[in-house]
Amino acid sequence: MKYSPWSQDAARVLLATLRDEKGPVLMALQLMQKEFGYVNPECVPLIANYFNKSRADVHGVLTFYHDLRTTPPGEHQISICVAEACQAMGARSLEKEVKARFAAEVTDCYCFGNCALGPTAMVDGKLIGRATLNKIEKARA
Amino acid sequence: MRVFVPGDSAAISIGADDIAARIAQIDPSLTIVRNGSRGALWLETLVEVEINGTRFAYGPVTVEDVPSLFDADFLNGGSHPLARGKTDEIEWLSSQERITFARVGIIDPLSLEEYGQHGGLVGLRNALNSTSESIINEVTESGLRGRGGAGFPAGIKWKTVAQTTSDQKYICCNADEGDSGTFADRMLIEGDPFTLIEGMTIAGIAVGATEGIVYLRSEYPYAISILQKAIELAREFGWLGTSVLGSTHAFDIQIRVGAGSYVCGEETAMLESIEGKRGIVRAKPPLPAIEGLFGQPTVINNVLTLSTVPMVLAQGAAAYKAHGVGRSLGTQVFQLGGNIARGGIVEKAFGVTLKELLETYGGGTLSKKPLRAVQIGGPLGAYFSTEQLETSMDYESLIAAGGMLGHGGVVVFDDSVDLAVQAKFAMEFCAIESCGKCTPCRIGSTRGAETIDLIIQGVRVDENKKLLLDLCEVMTDGSLCAMGGLTPMPVKSAMVNFPSDFLGAAK
Repeated sequence: MKYSPWSQDAARVLLATLRDEKGPVLMALQLMQKEFGYVNPECVPLIANYFNKSRADVHGVLTFYHDLRTTPPGEHQISICVAEACQAMGARSLEKEVKARFAAEVTDCYCFGNCALGPTAMVDGKLIGRATLNKIEKARA
Repeated sequence: MRVFVPGDSAAISIGADDIAARIAQIDPSLTIVRNGSRGALWLETLVEVEINGTRFAYGPVTVEDVPSLFDADFLNGGSHPLARGKTDEIEWLSSQERITFARVGIIDPLSLEEYGQHGGLVGLRNALNSTSESIINEVTESGLRGRGGAGFPAGIKWKTVAQTTSDQKYICCNADEGDSGTFADRMLIEGDPFTLIEGMTIAGIAVGATEGIVYLRSEYPYAISILQKAIELAREFGWLGTSVLGSTHAFDIQIRVGAGSYVCGEETAMLESIEGKRGIVRAKPPLPAIEGLFGQPTVINNVLTLSTVPMVLAQGAAAYKAHGVGRSLGTQVFQLGGNIARGGIVEKAFGVTLKELLETYGGGTLSKKPLRAVQIGGPLGAYFSTEQLETSMDYESLIAAGGMLGHGGVVVFDDSVDLAVQAKFAMEFCAIESCGKCTPCRIGSTRGAETIDLIIQGVRVDENKKLLLDLCEVMTDGSLCAMGGLTPMPVKSAMVNFPSDFLGAAK
C-alpha cells in the first residue's frame, strides 16, 4: 500500500480538516495513520497542541488501540483472524504457516465478520475467505 | 438484463469481484447488480439471473465456472451443475422468517428507488405522522429487545431518553460487532444500509435527537464505505439533514470508525471511544440514557435493533410480536459459523431449537467429523455439548441452560476441539482486550489463563480447578462490565459440559 512520507506540514493540513469535530483525538490519530501508514511520535505533541489536550491524553489514546502503530509498516500487511470461528477452521495452524513465511508482516486480528467462510485473512486491505497460505501468497503478490 | 453478483464482503472474500468482472467481460451488455448476500454463505458466490421478474440462482460459483455458465445459457435459466432453481424456492432461504433481513440480498443496497419499492421509508413516514409518545409505545408494544446481547427492551430505553430535557441528544448505533461468529450487523449494513438509517432517523424523531452516530469497526472496511455512500445518498434525497423528508425534524448521521478494540463494543467504552478517548468502561449509573455521549442523553442500540424498528413502525407492533416465544418476541438473526457445512444468516422466530439450526440449516460440520461443541453468543458465550441440542434459542431458555443469546452467533467445532484450550483462550482474549479499569478483569484474566495452563499440564489438577472456579466467581461478581463479568461463562461451561478435557495428564 502507498503512503505519503511523514511531514509535519502535511499533518497540520490534515488536522485542520478535523477542527470542528467533537472529540477529535482518535480521529486525528487514525487520519495520521491512514495518510502516513503509521503515527509518527511527533504527532503526539502536534495533536495535543492543535486540539488543546495534554500529551498524556494523546499518548494514552495512541497506546490503547490495537490498530494504531508508531512505526512505518512494511510493503505488505497481513492480518489473520484467530478468533473462535476461524479457530474452528484451523486458523491457528494457518497463522503458524503464514508467520513462518512472512513473520514481520503478520498481525493477529479478532474477527472480520466472515465467520461462515473461515479461516479469514486480510492482505493489504483485501479480505480472503477460506484462506490458505497459497491464497495469501497470491493476494500479496 | 440484470445479473446479481453479491458485493457483500463475504462473497468478495471468495472471489465475487472477479466473477462480476468476468461476467461483464464476456457480455458487456448485462447490467450487473452488486446486491447484498442472501445470507446463504455456503452458496457464495451466488450468481442470480433475473428472467421476467423471477430470479434464478447458481452457486457456489467460482471465476473458473463463469464461461461454463454462459455455455449452459444461464441467462435463460439453462441447466448447469450449479443451478439452484428459483432463488425464492431454495428451501434454506424460503423456510426462514425474514423481517430484519427482508431486503438484504434482494435489492441493490444503494438504490433508494428499490428501497422504496420494497417497503422502505413506510415506517419513517408513519413516524413523521405520529407523536413521539405513540412511536415509543409502538416499539415498546412490539416487545423488541436489544439485539446487541443484553436484551433490554428498546422502547423503555427510548422512553427514558425522551423524558430527559436537553438541547442535544444523540442516537448511537453500536456497530462494533466484535464477537467472533457474528456478522449480521456487517451483512445488514452492506446489504441494506438504508434500513439502519431509517431506524436511526425514527429513533431520533421519537426521542428528540438530531444527531446520530454509527460506531463502526475498522475491521469492516467494506461496510464503512457502503454506509458512507448510503448516508450521502440519503442527504441528497432530503432524508437526512435539516428537514427529514420535508418535515420540521432535523436528523443527520456520522460514522465514527473503531480502532481494533473489542471492549469498545461495551456501550460506555464505545461512548469514550467516540469522544476520542481510551475505550475505558464507565461506571453506571449514570445510565447513558441520562448522561451518555458528551454527557448528553443518548440512545444506544445495536444495528439489528435499530434496523428492525422500520418494520415495526410500518406493519405495527402486533405483526412483529406475532413471532417468537414468551418474552422473546419477534425474530432473531442467527449467524451460523465456524466448522459448519451450510453457514450463514438464519433469521427465525425465537424458539427454534439449536438442533434445527445446526442440522436442518447448518448441515453438520464442514469437516464431516462429528460435531462436538457449539459456542453461542460470541467469545463471552457458553460452550454447549451435543447433549444440549434441544435447547430453545431464546433469551430465557439460553440463560436457563447456563448460556446466553448474545448477538446470536453460533460457532461450531468438530471433535478435534480441546475445550481446555478454548477455555484458556477465553481468558487470554480477556487479558488482551480488557480495558484495565477493574481488577477482576485486568488481573483475573491473566491468572485464569495461567491456572488453566497448569490444569492442562496436569499440575495439581483438582486444586487448580477449584481455584479457577473461585476466580470465575470473583470475575463474575466483581467486574465492572460484561467483558470480565462474562469471560467465566465460556470457561465454566467448558468445564461443566466437557469435563474430560480438564483431567490434565490423566486425559
